[in-house]
Amino acid sequence: MANARDKNYEFVRREDAPILPPPATEAGITGWLWQNIFVSMADYTSIGAGIRSLLMAILSVLILYFGGTQIYALIDFTIFSAVFSDPEGIKREACWTVDQGGVLPSGWHGACWPFVVAKQKFLLYGAYPAEDLWRVNLTGLVGLVGMVWVMIEKLPYRREVGAAMLTLYPLMAFILLTGGNSDAEFSNIGIWLVIGLAIISAGRLGKRGFLGPTFAEFATLIGFTGWVFLIFNAVRGVAAVDFGLEPIDTRDWGGLLITLVVAITGIVASLPLGIILALGRRSEMPVARLLSTIFIEFWRGIPLITVLFMASVMLPLFMPEGVNFDNLLRALIGVMLFSAAYMAEVIRGGLQAIDKGQYEGAQAMGLSYWQTMRLVILPQALTHVIPGIVNTFIGLFKDTTLVSIVGIFDLLGAAQSTIADPSWSSHVQALSVYVYVALLFFVFCFGMSRYSIYMENKLSKSRSH
Amino acid sequence: MSRPSSLIYDRQARSLVFQVLLILALVFGAWWLGSNTLVNLAAQGKTLGFGFLTQTSGFQINATLGTWLMEYNVGSSTYLDVYVIGIINTFLVAALGIIGATILGFTMGIMRLSKNFVIRSFATVYVEVLRNIPLLLQLFFWYFAVLRSLPNRRGQIEIFEGAAGINITGLYLPAPLPQDGAGIVGVAFIVFVIAAFWIGSWAKKRQYETGQRFPAFWAGVAIIFFGTALVYFVMGQPIDWSFPVFKDTGPLLRRGFQIGNGMAIIPEFIAVWLALTLYTAAFIAEIVRAGILAIAKGQTEASYSLGIRPGTTLRLVIIPQALRVIIPPLTSQYLNLTKNSSLAVAIAYPELVSIFAGTALNQVGKEIEMIGMMMIVYLTFSLLTAAFMNWFNARVKLVER
Repeated sequence: MANARDKNYEFVRREDAPILPPPATEAGITGWLWQNIFVSMADYTSIGAGIRSLLMAILSVLILYFGGTQIYALIDFTIFSAVFSDPEGIKREACWTVDQGGVLPSGWHGACWPFVVAKQKFLLYGAYPAEDLWRVNLTGLVGLVGMVWVMIEKLPYRREVGAAMLTLYPLMAFILLTGGNSDAEFSNIGIWLVIGLAIISAGRLGKRGFLGPTFAEFATLIGFTGWVFLIFNAVRGVAAVDFGLEPIDTRDWGGLLITLVVAITGIVASLPLGIILALGRRSEMPVARLLSTIFIEFWRGIPLITVLFMASVMLPLFMPEGVNFDNLLRALIGVMLFSAAYMAEVIRGGLQAIDKGQYEGAQAMGLSYWQTMRLVILPQALTHVIPGIVNTFIGLFKDTTLVSIVGIFDLLGAAQSTIADPSWSSHVQALSVYVYVALLFFVFCFGMSRYSIYMENKLSKSRSH
Repeated sequence: MSRPSSLIYDRQARSLVFQVLLILALVFGAWWLGSNTLVNLAAQGKTLGFGFLTQTSGFQINATLGTWLMEYNVGSSTYLDVYVIGIINTFLVAALGIIGATILGFTMGIMRLSKNFVIRSFATVYVEVLRNIPLLLQLFFWYFAVLRSLPNRRGQIEIFEGAAGINITGLYLPAPLPQDGAGIVGVAFIVFVIAAFWIGSWAKKRQYETGQRFPAFWAGVAIIFFGTALVYFVMGQPIDWSFPVFKDTGPLLRRGFQIGNGMAIIPEFIAVWLALTLYTAAFIAEIVRAGILAIAKGQTEASYSLGIRPGTTLRLVIIPQALRVIIPPLTSQYLNLTKNSSLAVAIAYPELVSIFAGTALNQVGKEIEMIGMMMIVYLTFSLLTAAFMNWFNARVKLVER
């Protein structure tokens, strides 16, 4: 049968129809605008839809106006209207309006950046001696490089760098920041080191069966105890070495330094405790389970500020006479116990997500409880909960500001105390420094939350196949 | 027959020994801490005991709901009163914060899912900014930067002429003064609320049985509103209103809001409430968004294909399912809000931590008793919340197939 095209009918098209551009509502900028903004306010086919569209239009305009004015106010305050320099060194008068005796126009409202610049050192380091700031900077730089190294997946030796960051770095940071040279006796440390070595060798002998079957069973535990002794005293020994650094009391620390020290120490120290508590809460032993649960629920049930009150007021009462912690250490202990409880719950979530077959498989291979945990369960569980750990860290980082209430000058505490400086007093003094501190916190927290979301996506991808 | 050494290989025996050791360690630790404490207390010449609760307190507390309810007077009220005032004020700001944060959080969460770019990105910016700035900083911002820049005590910003105004000493609103018969109006209001709920359940039952619908919601609102109004007028309007009085003439020191007229809300309360509401709302918005996104898209599509309209789909299909996901984390946000209300100590809003563990502790010096009493309040609240969560989880589990 002949094709319609061959017959030469006049009404049959011979060429392809021209390709039309997509409708304006579907592509390009207009399409995007239509679909994302105007479509929701363009339906007037019925009274109800019309009212809804009108309301949506009004709401959009109101929000656009409100949001726009807020954003403009912020930009105006921080950039357009802000005072950036104080060349004559007149301090507060640089940020005064004509009515107050300054030069700025009446009704002026902008950031007083020279004030923040003048307080910059205090906000970042507190009263840390100016000639020793390199120690803080070095600690921060090494920490930053190490952290970035661990986070970027393409770099070699990530595992080793991570291990060093968790073991050597805290020691280095401690010595650099405090100056080390603690007043522990070297002879005393030496004796403990020898005792540690003796315990380890006893454990080794026991393992080979030289000391009888009962002893052999506990060899691992004994060896472990020995290593704890050894490492603890080695750390004490290194901390007692005189590196020629000026000792700096923690009372002189402040600003961002304290914020980072408290948050990072809190999170790192709470990891091992959190793991133990999480395992305890899932243990088959009723006593261990009960104690872990009580511990976790107690710390999670009270606000951090009461923990800090307790640490600063009650902790000295609990310690034997003569034992005296400095203020920062007290707060650190409180923060550590507090975040350990939250960490335990995060890790417990990871443990629960592990398939039962993993436990059974490990048991079938003849692994003991601790071997199962160390080699099979925890590596998987901890990877699962990296986003949760990062989120806990963000929360702790923000909560660190509470130490300012118990008299430690963290970033916010330092900011608050700069406001009391009369030589810079002006009507924008408080707002300037708040905006600056808020910006710092926002950059840190937002960055970390992006990283956590990135990790979450990556992990869920790797889990799905 | 088992040799003693084989006990080591017995799992039960090992776990028993371990648990006994754990208990011994715990008892020893408690004993060590306790004895240290006793020695330290003796060295400071202090004793343990709750006798201080009946002592009269010697400090002024800012006028709030707590001081009003407890009729607080320096010199005649006791430290127990201070404790109760602290609890009342904590729960006042927590309860109002929870209400505010829920409304704002749900609004923002739904706005984040809007198809409209303007609305969606506004909510996103709100959530990201508020979530990533510490609460304490936000509190300082509202208190020191915003509320401190209000007019001083001799000036005001008028909100409603003669009825509401704000200045640095607080927000002034009309106060209801109940007269004889106001109790009956209150009782009537409660009765009408119960009646409205009863009508709701009756209408639901009737719809299930006969298919006939009844506008129960509007009927209930009408009964509550008109019924209460009717009783109010029948009783001869038994509630007087005390309006704030502002003087801007006369002797300079007498100008400003006059004490004893209207209701004064202290700026500390406003700052704490604002900060808690805005901060927690950002978290609630994320929970609501995640909860709605967790419902499979097929649910919406199935509902549309049955011819159910978008609004009704949201109300009858999506939200009931999303609530199951939303409520557990929402409860823990409520708990967080209540715990975070303790930050009010930083700006001296008279809540539990501020007046009891702060001012009163400085005067009495009973650290252990007072901090313990303070913790008990928070612990009780969080245990109650946990109990509610367990109950709720058990309930929604039954609904599940």
